[in-house]
Amino acid sequence: MALATASNAGSRDAEPAGTQPAIETSDLRMRYGTKDVLCGVDFRVRRGEVLALLGPNGAGKTTTIEILEGFRKRSAGEVRVLGVDPDDGDEAWRARLGVVLQSWRDHGWWRVGELLDHLGRFYRPYGTAERARPHDVAEMLTLVGLTDEARTKVSALSGGQRRRLDVAVGLIGKPDLLFLDEPTVGFDPQARQDFHDLVHRLSDLEDTTILLTTHDLDEAEKLADRIVILTGGQIVADGSAAELARQVSSKTEVRYTLGGEPQVHSVEDATRYVRQLFEEHGDAVGELEVHRARLADVYLAMVRDFESGQRTDGFADLTGETTEVA
Amino acid sequence: MSPRMVALGAGLQRGWIEFRQTVTNGGQLVGWLFWPVIALVVMYFLRDSTVPGMGFSLGSHSVPGILGINTLFTGLVGLAFALIVDREDGTLLRAKATPNGMLGYVTGKVLAQSAITVAILLILLVPVVLLFDGLALGAVTTWLTLVWVLTFGLLATVPIGAILGSLFNSTQGLVPIMVLIMVLVGISGVFYPITALPEWLQWVGQVFPVYWLGLGLRSAFLPDALAAVEIGETWRHLEMIGVLGLWAVVGLVAAPVVLRRMARRESGATVAARRESVARRTA
Repeated sequence: MALATASNAGSRDAEPAGTQPAIETSDLRMRYGTKDVLCGVDFRVRRGEVLALLGPNGAGKTTTIEILEGFRKRSAGEVRVLGVDPDDGDEAWRARLGVVLQSWRDHGWWRVGELLDHLGRFYRPYGTAERARPHDVAEMLTLVGLTDEARTKVSALSGGQRRRLDVAVGLIGKPDLLFLDEPTVGFDPQARQDFHDLVHRLSDLEDTTILLTTHDLDEAEKLADRIVILTGGQIVADGSAAELARQVSSKTEVRYTLGGEPQVHSVEDATRYVRQLFEEHGDAVGELEVHRARLADVYLAMVRDFESGQRTDGFADLTGETTEVA
Repeated sequence: MSPRMVALGAGLQRGWIEFRQTVTNGGQLVGWLFWPVIALVVMYFLRDSTVPGMGFSLGSHSVPGILGINTLFTGLVGLAFALIVDREDGTLLRAKATPNGMLGYVTGKVLAQSAITVAILLILLVPVVLLFDGLALGAVTTWLTLVWVLTFGLLATVPIGAILGSLFNSTQGLVPIMVLIMVLVGISGVFYPITALPEWLQWVGQVFPVYWLGLGLRSAFLPDALAAVEIGETWRHLEMIGVLGLWAVVGLVAAPVVLRRMARRESGATVAARRESVARRTA
């Protein structure tokens, strides 16, 4: 838990409202009957940050996000979302959140534009001078690429279009904080790429804080400023993709041929190594490849180990024993 | 405008949109009209029989009661059904994720279902006017009585529909309720004069709205002389207002409580679980 606690340390003190984190949990626990789904989850999301909650199916991601959304009462622990306990969140608090759940099939008879207009109305009284609410429907449709579908029945949309509509609905109230639960499940590669572009635009243009869950490491790496890995109801890692990769292994693998002979070296500082390599051997070096530690392999190994019960105390000790992961 | 007023306005919009979707959809209209039309056809064939002791067509006598039963089905069962289906597909959760969304959603749902109920009744009146003799269709009082009886009928039954729709997690749960309503229809005096039933059964029948809806609509459409075959030989408007009013008060007090309780328990996981059980049922 070393990583997780490091980023949390000393942050519990009262802070001025402007720098207050968008989300803060401490020792969040959830128990269904005798089954512990969340066993003390601590993490923070800063304002304007894109955070990916990454973990295998059944890790507790959806439970966590539903607690934060105020849809589910936690068993124990402290939670603050936009400075408010979700269990006590009122409608004004609700108006500052955008929610995109895993799968929605609602309002099949409605037309796309009609539905956005209808749901947007509820946010009108909650607009402020700095943040007028809701979004203009036509702008929103353009943003998610559904302009041509404005008059299409929701049930007639393709899977990807439907999901983009869900995102548009989550955004229509111009939320300060957007929850995206498994946003790209069932997307084809093009739809996935479009969606990633959309998320980047949102965090850049709208200053929207985004918490997304995914079980796809590539997606987390592409979208998120920071990744929190949740497995078995516990946070086992917390940091940017680069930080996590460095924690996994400080070594970088360098492959090349020297006079036609293949060479593989695991080195601390690849840049220095390669510079020296060329200084010494010049044109004799060929087919150079430099591989950073791959987070994906580590993540998969970690989840596999956790699930097979070999490891119960997380990521920290993983860093000590892995040298062959790169 | 206050946020809650805005939500009520949005509810009005939802009511209109969903009403429009239903009445412009052939399949849905056929669904709503199927059973009452069958009942009217049966009554058409009974038009030459007469109400015992009166020279009045038994078919025509039953028509107002059929409209009353249909009001109950469309309003009460229809709303309960719609709420359950909306919970299955996540519409309700969407409302929960929207500020004051539940207020807007319930407002819209109740308005849409009430408007659909009235529209179905008006559509059914077309064949009634063409096929049945003896009904007092020309009098202004007929239509005035229809309006207030219908208002009380909807107030008494639609909140109960909202409660039933909140209590049951699947449309299958409504099956016993449908059976109960069928039994109540049987002792409601629509198809068989209630005065011919044992007295205790008459009392049971008079507890529930379906009898009073039928009686109220008979008082609107039938000549006053026909009151002679009713209990007490009058249309008993005051008693009708009393019983339907009581159902309305109970329903309107209980419905928000039950709806809130239902909405509190709604989450993405419950929607997913329900969807899985629906998939298993249909598989």
